Amino acid sequence: MSAITAQLPGLQVVVPLLGAIIAAFMRRGTLAWAWATLITAFTPIIAFALLFQVWSNGPISYHMGGWPPPIGIEYRVDLLNAFVLVLVSLVSTIMMPYARRSVAHEIDGDKQAWFYAMYLLCLAGLLGIAITGDAFNAFVFLEISSLSTYVMIAMGRDRRALVASYQYLILGTIGATFYVIGVGLLYLVTGSLNFADIAARLGEASAAFPRPVLAGLAFLFVGISLKLALFPLHLWLPNAYAYAPSFATAFLAATATKVAVYLFLRIAFSIYGVALDLKALPVSTVLYPLSIAAMFIASILAVYEQNLKRMLAYSSVAQIGYITLGIALMNQAGLTGGIVHLFNHALIKGALFLALGAVMYRAGTVKLDDLGGIGRTMPLTFAAFVLAGMSLMGVPGTAGFISKYYLIVGALDAGKWPVAFLIVASSLIALLYIGRAVEVAYFRPVSQAVAHAKDPPLMMLVPMLALTFASVYFGIDTELSAGVASRIAELLIGGLK
Amino acid sequence: MLALAPDTLIMAALTIPLIGALLIPLFHNAPNARESVTLITAGALALTVWSLLPHVLAGGRPAAIDLAVVPGLNIAFQVEPLGMLFALVAATLWLVTSVYSIGYMRGNGEPRQTSFYVCFAIALWATMGIAFAKNLFTLFIFYEILTLSTYPLVAHKANAEAIRAGRIYLLILIGTSMVLLLPAIAWTWVLSGTLDFIPGGILKDKATPFALCALLALFAFGIGKAALMPLHFWLPAAMVAPTPVSALLHAVAVVKAGVFTILKVIVYTFGIETLAYGGSGSWLVYAAGFTIIAASLVALRKDNLKARLAYSTVSQLSYVILAAAILAPISAVGAAMHIAAHAVSKITLFFAAGSIYTAAHKTEISELAGIGRRMPWTMGAFTIGAISMIGLPPTAGFLGKWFMLSGAMQTGQWLPIAIIVASTLLNAAYFLPIVYTAFFEREPAAHAVGADAAHDHGEAPLPIVIALTFTAAATVGLFLFPEVPLALAKLMAGV
Repeated sequence: MSAITAQLPGLQVVVPLLGAIIAAFMRRGTLAWAWATLITAFTPIIAFALLFQVWSNGPISYHMGGWPPPIGIEYRVDLLNAFVLVLVSLVSTIMMPYARRSVAHEIDGDKQAWFYAMYLLCLAGLLGIAITGDAFNAFVFLEISSLSTYVMIAMGRDRRALVASYQYLILGTIGATFYVIGVGLLYLVTGSLNFADIAARLGEASAAFPRPVLAGLAFLFVGISLKLALFPLHLWLPNAYAYAPSFATAFLAATATKVAVYLFLRIAFSIYGVALDLKALPVSTVLYPLSIAAMFIASILAVYEQNLKRMLAYSSVAQIGYITLGIALMNQAGLTGGIVHLFNHALIKGALFLALGAVMYRAGTVKLDDLGGIGRTMPLTFAAFVLAGMSLMGVPGTAGFISKYYLIVGALDAGKWPVAFLIVASSLIALLYIGRAVEVAYFRPVSQAVAHAKDPPLMMLVPMLALTFASVYFGIDTELSAGVASRIAELLIGGLK
Repeated sequence: MLALAPDTLIMAALTIPLIGALLIPLFHNAPNARESVTLITAGALALTVWSLLPHVLAGGRPAAIDLAVVPGLNIAFQVEPLGMLFALVAATLWLVTSVYSIGYMRGNGEPRQTSFYVCFAIALWATMGIAFAKNLFTLFIFYEILTLSTYPLVAHKANAEAIRAGRIYLLILIGTSMVLLLPAIAWTWVLSGTLDFIPGGILKDKATPFALCALLALFAFGIGKAALMPLHFWLPAAMVAPTPVSALLHAVAVVKAGVFTILKVIVYTFGIETLAYGGSGSWLVYAAGFTIIAASLVALRKDNLKARLAYSTVSQLSYVILAAAILAPISAVGAAMHIAAHAVSKITLFFAAGSIYTAAHKTEISELAGIGRRMPWTMGAFTIGAISMIGLPPTAGFLGKWFMLSGAMQTGQWLPIAIIVASTLLNAAYFLPIVYTAFFEREPAAHAVGADAAHDHGEAPLPIVIALTFTAAATVGLFLFPEVPLALAKLMAGV
């Protein structure tokens, strides 16, 4: 038993990675789905075991292949990435039962097994980014997850999915290039690729070569910002989310950008923050205006969007603005707000996109004007949409409120009361775009497209309702969300120089 | 009366409406059973809330549930006198309104009655949560639930006008609560480290008078349900809702939740003395006074009966705010009394308006000539409600004004006195003509010849008449036997 326990960090990535390869050899879509579900179900078990170990015994260091760091690749699990691992693996597991019908509906039979192979590859990549303690290894996983994402998006039924995928491919590659240049600069000045090792040497290196160190930060910053869709580097996201298969959209929205945010936190707080004075570096200065612009501009774009999947995609850009705003605040409450929103938003957006996937499955469209009266023909689906939408707005008693509350207190603690007002004012825009959908769904006569629609089969309904329930539940019991997030924020801020 | 432990009663009050909301849809196809569920739920709730009263009058402050959501934010309930009063008013009038609704919804053949009753029950659940909230956070949760659960009721008709009204309703109420009230709550937390309602307030010596002044402004305008001008226009817009909604929610539960919250914040968060000492609250007298007069002037010009009643509500709500802003304990008693008095009187007026609409399909005041002779019970009740609005004995409206005036005189504030006197005259000017038209003008002859079905009517259906007779009697009864509300109000103000 203890032999397996010692290998858990490695297994976290190896299991889905090998699973992906096996899935690629399968032909039957249903078989591949069953396989992918089984593999996915292993990952949260490992992640929870890791979280438990870290919670009781402190960080775990795992040496890949037995090579000690900084020569070999180190997997380093602390509270922050254990939290992200749990989030990513758990949300994926909840979503998997949903995938079968939805994927079978939207993707041709001979390509379904391929889709699941790509999905597992992407999952392995995301978990890899979250667990690795090596800057270059993170780049490799970043590419694994990105490449598989491009394929998943391109499998969308709409032909525009190809353009969306291509668009993302170009921008994603630019982002990855920026990231690797940043890593290269750090390697030049410190001679190391290990996060902890870089952090230990960076202070000295910065004294000798201040400019490459700063340039490295800039490259890393821009590269990761592209992946996490920080405004105005979000341009790839709306189309990618809108035209990807419904399941892929829900999966990516809940996990991919969150992992990128994690990488950002890791580099900002565990490398630069440990070695240098993070508050003196121009991180907050850049993040503040961009986050606030995201919160407002992307939300307003969402209000004018007809395609509900695109609407939620813009909303995601806005919500990422809240997360980065929390990072920019760099105080206990603010950072807690950012991290807890990473968690809450994954649940909320997962639920919302699953609901839209169900609409796609039954009505074949997510154009708002075609969906008149859908609240009456698909009552449970739209009830889930409304509840998760309330959580998105930040109605008290829902998970979204907890995030907003921490952010507001963080802004007030930092003495930035105008920022507190901007947070609440922008969340009001969410009322506009969710409310618009509610009006059409409940107060318009039943339209032709949805006349024969009904709630989706149980396998799709249960994951959707589970995530919806979670996005309300974590507004009342916050032990696992805000409790852990606040502990992480403490550790990150405590580690700052 | 139920002889149960007070915390059990609180739990019961917070679950009964919810159970009702879950049961009602099960009887979707059996309207009689469905309405029975509503009536039983409302009856059980009223009984539960009344059973709590002796505990509170005996000086108890029963509490239930204390659940920390995040450190500092607790979902907790505690019954104090003001909340007790509010819960009594809302629960009792829900029972009456349920009787009335049956007559009204069936009489008018309204669509989607099941979802109507479900939303109604959820709204009452939220009202209980507001009344019994132990701290600002709990109150805020239920405040938002109340807005969200009443939105479908406002947009019930689902025509363009109703949808537009629904938009205004949501935008103003959610907007003010998110943009102003939420920062106010967060600021209170940052200043004082607690959000609990504590007699004497929690902000003494915690902030400069200027900061208190700004904080009070955030609260006063952030609590949009109190309809302080210029954030009042959601209320007239909401009048497109079916009349039982206007009656219970937009004359009692929703708007009273607004002034109740303001009163609670002034008494238990700021503390009357803290506000009075720094002079931070004096501007509120002007804001409330302006609303009282301006809304009355608008009401004078409205021919639509429900619109006139809505503006009268805007004006009357600011009485409560004005009374609280006088910052004398005795006028706070007046504020609490006025919450109860206005509730029974205004619901009577709305019941009468709905009764006229159901029986005669008339909505404009100019159409009401001679209707008093066809519908004597309805217009009789209307007259009693109108007298109470003006504030004359022997009706409940007199009591609130009496205590407000006493408070203003004690503290030597002449402006509130002038406002109250002027508005009394205005109230008379827009209510008495309706009574005159109904009883003393003749029906237009053209109609008498036509003798169409809509014209040839008597009283409204029996449930409606029963309900409005009851509330009219309560309006007088509250004047004759004011012991219970008065005792609660005095306990709250500590006089």
